[in-house]
Amino acid sequence: MFDKVMLINMYRKMLKIRLFEQRVYYLFLEGLVPGTIHLYTAQEAVAVGVCSSLRKDDFIMSTHRPHGHYIAKGGRIDRLMAELLGKEAGCCKGKGGSMHVGDFSVGMPPAVAIVGANVPIAAGMALAFKLKGTDGVAACFFGDGAVNQGMWHEGVNIAAVWQLPTIFVCENNFYAASTHVSKSILLKNIADRSNAYGIPGVVVDGNDVLAVFNAAEKAVKRARSGNGPTLIECLTYRHGGHSRGDPGTYRPREEVEEWLKKDPIPRFKARLIEMSILTEREAADIEGEVTEEIEEAVRFAKESPLPQPESALKDIYA
Amino acid sequence: MQVRQITISEAIREALREEMLRDPTVFLIGEDIGIEGGFGGPFGVTKGLAEEFGHDRVRDTPISESAIVGVAVGAAMMGMRPVAEVQYGDFIFCAMDQVVNQAAKLRYMSGGQVKIPIVIRIPTGATRRGAQHAQSPEAFFMHVPGLKVVAPCTPYDAKGLLKTAIKDDNLVLFFEHKLLYGGKGYRAMKGLEVVGNVPEEEYLIPFGVADVKREGEDVTVVAKLLMVHKSLAAAEKLDKEGISVEIIDPRTLVPFDKETVIKSVKKTGRLIIVEEDTKMGGWGAEIAAMIAEEALDYLDAPIKRVSALDTPIPASPPLEDYVIPNEERMIEAVKEIVT
Repeated sequence: MFDKVMLINMYRKMLKIRLFEQRVYYLFLEGLVPGTIHLYTAQEAVAVGVCSSLRKDDFIMSTHRPHGHYIAKGGRIDRLMAELLGKEAGCCKGKGGSMHVGDFSVGMPPAVAIVGANVPIAAGMALAFKLKGTDGVAACFFGDGAVNQGMWHEGVNIAAVWQLPTIFVCENNFYAASTHVSKSILLKNIADRSNAYGIPGVVVDGNDVLAVFNAAEKAVKRARSGNGPTLIECLTYRHGGHSRGDPGTYRPREEVEEWLKKDPIPRFKARLIEMSILTEREAADIEGEVTEEIEEAVRFAKESPLPQPESALKDIYA
Repeated sequence: MQVRQITISEAIREALREEMLRDPTVFLIGEDIGIEGGFGGPFGVTKGLAEEFGHDRVRDTPISESAIVGVAVGAAMMGMRPVAEVQYGDFIFCAMDQVVNQAAKLRYMSGGQVKIPIVIRIPTGATRRGAQHAQSPEAFFMHVPGLKVVAPCTPYDAKGLLKTAIKDDNLVLFFEHKLLYGGKGYRAMKGLEVVGNVPEEEYLIPFGVADVKREGEDVTVVAKLLMVHKSLAAAEKLDKEGISVEIIDPRTLVPFDKETVIKSVKKTGRLIIVEEDTKMGGWGAEIAAMIAEEALDYLDAPIKRVSALDTPIPASPPLEDYVIPNEERMIEAVKEIVT
């Protein structure tokens, strides 16, 4: 059912996101990353599981925590790193920054940092596929906090009523900034919201990349064949705080420790070794290659010039 | 050249129809615009288009303005050219995030990777319906880089500018005055019977080119939409008293044709801005500041603004009439600075 090359690629991508974010964090501490950062650390299985079920010509809409989605969809990490450092060679020429990274050529428009606002936009991308008669799919990522936004409701509803080829992926990491999901939603499962729109909803272990992939693949197939959207709730947990500067002290220590044990990357690695798809030696080689690729991206980003100030006046109108 | 007399409503419908025939990526999206047996949008403008183009291209939506604009944004990024509609201008505020944070900024944030070619048609103006079906919200959108703002007041301008708007690669907010649609019938509002000459042949009107609706020597009036027509009536009366008024219709607020206004002010030495919007932070304030910064030396008198009073729009006729600028207030303002 799973192709070996694909599984190894999924592992490589998850590791790339993890090590990339680690490196970004160190660069931030060195004072090289302006503004703030929202690290994707420990949610890698969601981005990689979903994007592995998509084609290159399918599209995603991302959030204020977009680095993982960008890497999972196949964006170049040297240009991503340059963007985070505010450089001219950045994927958005330094105009987007951490919260708006994107590479349209791999199916990722700039990420949207207004929580919930990307949902109707994803529906619109899916409508374009439908009107043009192509079989593309638009996947939309959002957190547990987004599902209480009005735009989220309007977007899911219109995608449902028009049976648009979309998949809605909720990364439920249990905290909208510092607010626990139980303070915002009375339902036990966010996926149950799907009943309100007449679409399927499913809860999956968001730290199990194969579980995410299986759910996403089914939803994508459904969407591509004209049967409309699915809401997938992925239960996951961020290792760090909401953003840089947030130590996450509102989370009980026992809870954090429990989730650290469920870290998606060692889990997937153990599974691949158990399935005789990967050896420790190969895993070490992959880590070495990914580390080198990231260091190359750091060099590229550091050496890239800062943008000319006057370039701020470009790209306002087409 | 073949010319006919048509209403603004007909001119807009023709522009939509011609662009939909020309370009398969153009589609309409809004509430009640194509329902069978329905009314063709709040003012009948899209009547008949669903029958001609089908419900895929004349898409009726739930009452979800954020979704209307958000879906338009997503579709536009993927190469479509949506023409969205909100029933009353006041409802655009429901979709402010999609307009201001998304449509106006996605191209910029992406470093120029995406285009957002959208037109949002927005009926505006006070019509005895009270504070939430009456506002003139144009000024809000002038404040946001990345948007274009259009406001035609004749059938000729409406058709030529809408066709340009649909061909434009940016978000264009296209304001239509409810009292200027013209025509009779169930959905028509009692307004001015504005009909105008419109050629049969294709024509476009570029953005950022004002139209001098009346030439004059003593004072320059800048007005748009319904206020152009009210200013024209006031100018006729003033003419009988020997005061010659020049009326400039900017037609597009963003981009704004500063040169035509400055040229006129050089001639008249006096400037009045007439706006249906409230005075505080209105579009007239921006024009006044622009002329004060760049053409103060040509002015012989202070710049005046004749604006709606700074109140929500009341429903009762004497109250609404008191708040919205009328001919008397315009004449008074002219006489204050023309001595």
